Amino acid sequence: MNSSQLFGITTLAYLLSSAFYLALFVFKNRKLGTIARLLAIAGVLVQTAALGLRWYESYQIGIGHAPLTNMYESLVFFAWCTTLFYLFMEYKFKASVVGAFVMPFAFVAMAYASFARGINQQISPLIPALQSNWLLAHVITCFIGYGAFAAAGGLGMMYLLKKRANNRNLSPETLTGSLPDLKVIDDLIYKTIVFGFMWLSAGIITGAIWANEAWGTYWSWDPKETWSIITWFIYASTLHARFTRGWRGSRIAWLAIIGFIAVFFTYFGVNYLLSGLHSYGSA
Amino acid sequence: MTKKKKNPVWAFFASVKLALFLLFVLAGTSIIGTVVPQNQPPEFYVRQYGPDTAAFMQHLGVPDMYNSWWFLGLLGLFCLNLIVCSLERIPQVWRLVTKDNLATPVDRLRKMGIRKRIVLDRPLPETVKMIKSHLGRHHWRTDRRDMEGGTMLFAQKGAWTRFGVYVVHTSILVILLGAIIGSPAVARKILKNPNIAFKGSIMIPESRESDFVWAFQTGEKINLGFTIRCDYFTIDYYANGMPRTYLSKVTVIDHGKKVLTTDLKVNKPLTYKGVTFYQASYQPFPDFIVTLKNNTTGASRTSIIPFGKQIKWPEIGASFGIINKETFGEVVRRVKVWFRDNKDKPSIFWVNAGREAVIERPSGNFSLMTKQLYATGLQVTKDPGVWFVYIGCGMMLAGLLVAFFMSHRKIWAFIHEEDGKTVVLLAGSANKNKLGFEKRFTALVDSLQA
Ligand code: HEM
Repeated sequence: MNSSQLFGITTLAYLLSSAFYLALFVFKNRKLGTIARLLAIAGVLVQTAALGLRWYESYQIGIGHAPLTNMYESLVFFAWCTTLFYLFMEYKFKASVVGAFVMPFAFVAMAYASFARGINQQISPLIPALQSNWLLAHVITCFIGYGAFAAAGGLGMMYLLKKRANNRNLSPETLTGSLPDLKVIDDLIYKTIVFGFMWLSAGIITGAIWANEAWGTYWSWDPKETWSIITWFIYASTLHARFTRGWRGSRIAWLAIIGFIAVFFTYFGVNYLLSGLHSYGSA
Repeated sequence: MTKKKKNPVWAFFASVKLALFLLFVLAGTSIIGTVVPQNQPPEFYVRQYGPDTAAFMQHLGVPDMYNSWWFLGLLGLFCLNLIVCSLERIPQVWRLVTKDNLATPVDRLRKMGIRKRIVLDRPLPETVKMIKSHLGRHHWRTDRRDMEGGTMLFAQKGAWTRFGVYVVHTSILVILLGAIIGSPAVARKILKNPNIAFKGSIMIPESRESDFVWAFQTGEKINLGFTIRCDYFTIDYYANGMPRTYLSKVTVIDHGKKVLTTDLKVNKPLTYKGVTFYQASYQPFPDFIVTLKNNTTGASRTSIIPFGKQIKWPEIGASFGIINKETFGEVVRRVKVWFRDNKDKPSIFWVNAGREAVIERPSGNFSLMTKQLYATGLQVTKDPGVWFVYIGCGMMLAGLLVAFFMSHRKIWAFIHEEDGKTVVLLAGSANKNKLGFEKRFTALVDSLQA
């Protein structure tokens, strides 16, 4: 057994879990939800083992470092954070249909990491600039935030879907009947964004400290940094709109989706469409 | 309520609407600089966008937009907004925190969302004592006031957490202040002293020293006030040829005295007298540093020799040179050494750069060490504001934790008599996480009745 086989199993588990959550959403059979949850838990456990194993393998080939240093590894870590965050949310708030809107993100990240062209899956040694504990702190904090924002985006879509169904006075027997109350979703979106904002702030700060240790500049307005601050501004305004101006419901749901698009662009778009310091995309 | 007429300008800057607007505008305009490449020469923009658009862009400062007047202006407005808004609200929060909650009218308690009425079969004074000690056991330290018709108890937790938000807001100002203090542009243009804060670089060949650096952008010479010497530079590679470490050994010399010698690596800078040196680049030369040691006598000498040139050491009648090399780009991996003394045929052999070779000769035993000559490229910065930035960052995280995850909770108990029975009216409020607080409150009251 090596780590890439385990990651393969994880991908499969997330695919099945997403499918069962979607089935739960469609057929509203409690058992489907239990299966979906067990699959997600199994997937995350296997993935945890795989991450540990990949870390161990990197020591075996003599370049030991935590598996958080290129595009492949960051995608895998993103999927891990998203699933863990989602399971935590499901446990705490008992809203299991939400999985239909969140687990697909985890699956797509894993699948993209494994199958997309141009993503190198090798464990490669670290160039000097990446040999820093601040880098580790930076990646971990950012991706916990991204995981939460993915969940918030999924919740936002769920809110809008449910809202549309309510507006059309669809009977509770239809698809969206199985979704939690609008008020519950709204509250979850807010809590999720608050959690993500905390970690995104920590991620930007640890990134700045790392840049200062490595290059003597904590902020250089390179596209990736700039997009992270744009994302931060968007979530800051979302929190203020809600907290001080009483925005609720659809507007916050839209902002959660826009925020996640900004996260996505910070993470991917910048690498593929713009150029800058962060070399993940080319790795 | 004292509602005095506010100055409209003040009201404008105190509004959260303006804050939302500015946050959206800052987010929106920041995109420009990620799409239009920044700090390129003027020709670049002409080539890329045509002369008219390029002129327009130059006019608006787009090529360096994060330092343009309008972007800095937006940031300035943002700060002003933040300051005015906080000045407006902090006194209110202060009043809220220092309020006399024992004076809360009993009618208010009767209308609170979280409340409970219990009737006890005990005399009033004993009940007051019992409730006070019960709350105390659960870390609610109550104040007490006896008044007409009953006794009021009050306790609160986390009143100070109401300031968390303002810690976050202040942290932004502290970070921006740090950025201004550490800005080379401010030091140069406003304080007229580029030595206060600068960013620059310097290339120092091995065994050479420098007491100045070249400033970025302006290219002016900035004196360090001390000297830094590069003793040694080396690159270490992984098996697959990727660089593993760039390392410089440097010595700081201040007023003619060696102060310290240390290793500089990427991610391991050196700070001396507020000036920080970062390993940033290197430059290989076609010359070699050769150290030859006579192991029999212990005599040794080091010389810098160009490729293909013969060097003599007349005292022992030896001569040597480098006659071939194997390179990877400009970096020399192996060299072919030619060595002879006045006895026997010359020794000719390959040796890895940076490794010692031992030569057995009839005239004695020699160690020879060859190394390509490098210059180390150091980035050098002086940023007196960085500690403000770091403190601001710490404040922000601490403030966010408080603002998001802690709340101001209050509990009142009004104990009075009705129809010969003792009645306790308990009420509570929290400014956040009301559900969680309600659960705690209920548990507290239930344990009181048990
Ligand atoms: C990017 C910059 C900013 C950040 C990160 C930030 C952060 C925060 C946070 C975390 C909260 C608490 C929200 C909650 O509990 O949900 C808050 C509240 C608030 N912010 Fe900001 N803020 C920023 C800019 C501003 C500006 C420019 C103003 C100026 C008007 C402002 C005014 C307020 C007000 C009035 C509150 C509500 C305070 C209260 O009544 O409890 N903020 N801010």
